[in-house]
Amino acid sequence: MSVPIMEVRDLAKFFPLASQGIFSRVKGDNKAVNGISFSIRPGETLGLVGESGCGKSTVGRTILKLYEPTSGSIIFEGEDISNYSNSQMKALRTKMQMIFQDPYSSLNPRHTVGSIIAASYEIQKIVPEGGVKKAVQELMERVGLNPEHYNRYPHEFSGGQRQRIGIARALALKPKFIVCDEAVSALDVSIQAQVINLLADLRDDFGLSYLFIAHDLSVVQHISDRVAVMYLGKIMELADVDSIYNSPHHPYTKALLSAVPLPDPLLEEKREQIVLSGDLPNPADPPAGCVFNTRCWKAKEVCFATQPELLQVGSSQVACHFPE
Amino acid sequence: MTLLKIESLSVEFPTPDGLVKAVDQVSFEVNAGETLAIVGESGSGKTVTNLALMGLIPKRTANILGSAKFESTDGVVNLINSNQKELRKLRGREIAMIFQDPMSSLHPFYTIGDQIIEAHQIHNEVDIKVSRARTIELLEMVGIQGAESRMAAFPHQFSGGMRQRVMIAMALVNNPSLLIADEPTTALDVTVQAQIMKLLRDLQKELKMAMILITHDMGVVAGTANRVNVMYAGRIVESAKVRDLYANPLMPYTQGLLASVPRMDRTKIGRLSAIPGQPPSLISLPSGCSFNPRCNRKTEVESGKCESQMPELRLRADEHLVRCFAGEGA
Repeated sequence: MSVPIMEVRDLAKFFPLASQGIFSRVKGDNKAVNGISFSIRPGETLGLVGESGCGKSTVGRTILKLYEPTSGSIIFEGEDISNYSNSQMKALRTKMQMIFQDPYSSLNPRHTVGSIIAASYEIQKIVPEGGVKKAVQELMERVGLNPEHYNRYPHEFSGGQRQRIGIARALALKPKFIVCDEAVSALDVSIQAQVINLLADLRDDFGLSYLFIAHDLSVVQHISDRVAVMYLGKIMELADVDSIYNSPHHPYTKALLSAVPLPDPLLEEKREQIVLSGDLPNPADPPAGCVFNTRCWKAKEVCFATQPELLQVGSSQVACHFPE
Repeated sequence: MTLLKIESLSVEFPTPDGLVKAVDQVSFEVNAGETLAIVGESGSGKTVTNLALMGLIPKRTANILGSAKFESTDGVVNLINSNQKELRKLRGREIAMIFQDPMSSLHPFYTIGDQIIEAHQIHNEVDIKVSRARTIELLEMVGIQGAESRMAAFPHQFSGGMRQRVMIAMALVNNPSLLIADEPTTALDVTVQAQIMKLLRDLQKELKMAMILITHDMGVVAGTANRVNVMYAGRIVESAKVRDLYANPLMPYTQGLLASVPRMDRTKIGRLSAIPGQPPSLISLPSGCSFNPRCNRKTEVESGKCESQMPELRLRADEHLVRCFAGEGA
């Protein structure tokens, strides 16, 4: 088996919660990511799903070292980068990039599209073959933008086109690994399909690996090879896309899948939904034992006492005392 | 029984760049007790249609034409030419609305109890104790535990899903006959979305009210609606019973929309069949059918027809209206 391009071991990221006032003291931690491990092989897409507040975006930002990890290790191409300084990271950033959710706030409104994409070359002091302008125009063409729009400003583009600009920027330095953080969530359905197809084509053409973070389970199923389900800072289940969707083992995965509305009235009528009661608990004060115990219908005494480990069940990894 | 009959409703906004026809000649009916879904992408006019019905578009900013006859308890009212005083009697009593973002539609300085009590007091000349009891009843009905003590809480003390429940309680406090739900679950997580949609379905059955559900999510529509209107660039392009629409979509836009969503219930496919291009700008709509630049079935029609003429919304099958030349026959 090949060396994973990205490997994460026991990663944790806590955000300190300060009390109000001048002499603010740290009151506790918001445990956004609390001990998770996974790996991504070259050319593979790992989907990361979960509800808002489960820590999935924090994972994406921490493995790119946009946040300093609290503990655990991040191994990129065999190198442990968890303690790298910013200058050490800068050299690596040519290999790892990010595509953001909001195509409106992630592009500088005062810069032209050309200069937004060219900034990557400038920062890394790289002169691409044939000059910057030619390289940028080639990228624009590759992502489906008109290269003649090089001198236009972001507001002259629609949401879908702006997302293509963000993708071109991420591709400029020929990265190997891209974190897509809700990259298609803000787009209308007909445009969303175009961008999903583009991301899939780019992956196949350039041999990219993605960490694809999204809350839309249908989209994640479509694009991913493997899927990790997160809840309250922990991975609940991690498996091949088919195992997750066809034979989920964790009660949370089951509930999550059954909550997705299907675009078919006949199926919707027959379907039995598992409607979870309540909301996500506060990550600053997670429940003792299994973090899902407050909403789980299978919870017994042991679930309130000990945190289940992520263990092998069939071909899946599941963190549950009573996997199905 | 027809509860609301909308005829040739148009909403035009004059702007420095030209006239924006946000809603163009829209006609449809809502029957008592049914759920009508309006689906479409952003800018298709689905929200503006309903804001116009509620009288929430200031008259000086827009030209609103057509009629919307609502069967109220005091007789038929045309919502379009009623003044604010007349509308105020209906809004919150017979027609209620819930919005996408529950945080910005609740007042942050008042407790949720006070806000619901106020909605009841405005329309009923009763003692405040009666309103209080009614508020507790409603909060329990929408599944808020410990309703009596939670009444003293402020909106920021609730999660998104709970706030949407409060909005629903407030909307239903006067037993409206029509509820307009504008993207009620778009801001919520799937598990919470499932809770809220189930709640809306159950309450609708129990209270026998009609609902207009505005959404862009074809999945939410499938599980909730009886009939569906599909909107594109300010016009209705297809209207059918929910089963007919999903089993046999006739307008190329609806077909494209259904084909472009990834499906969990089907085997995985290599590529999604996306609709090419992007929705048109409402200031410079293409001539002829607004969908023609993105349409893949133009070849079925004699050349140039789609670019020069706007097709009519025609009855193609039982209660199934379609705006398209393709498949229309001679």
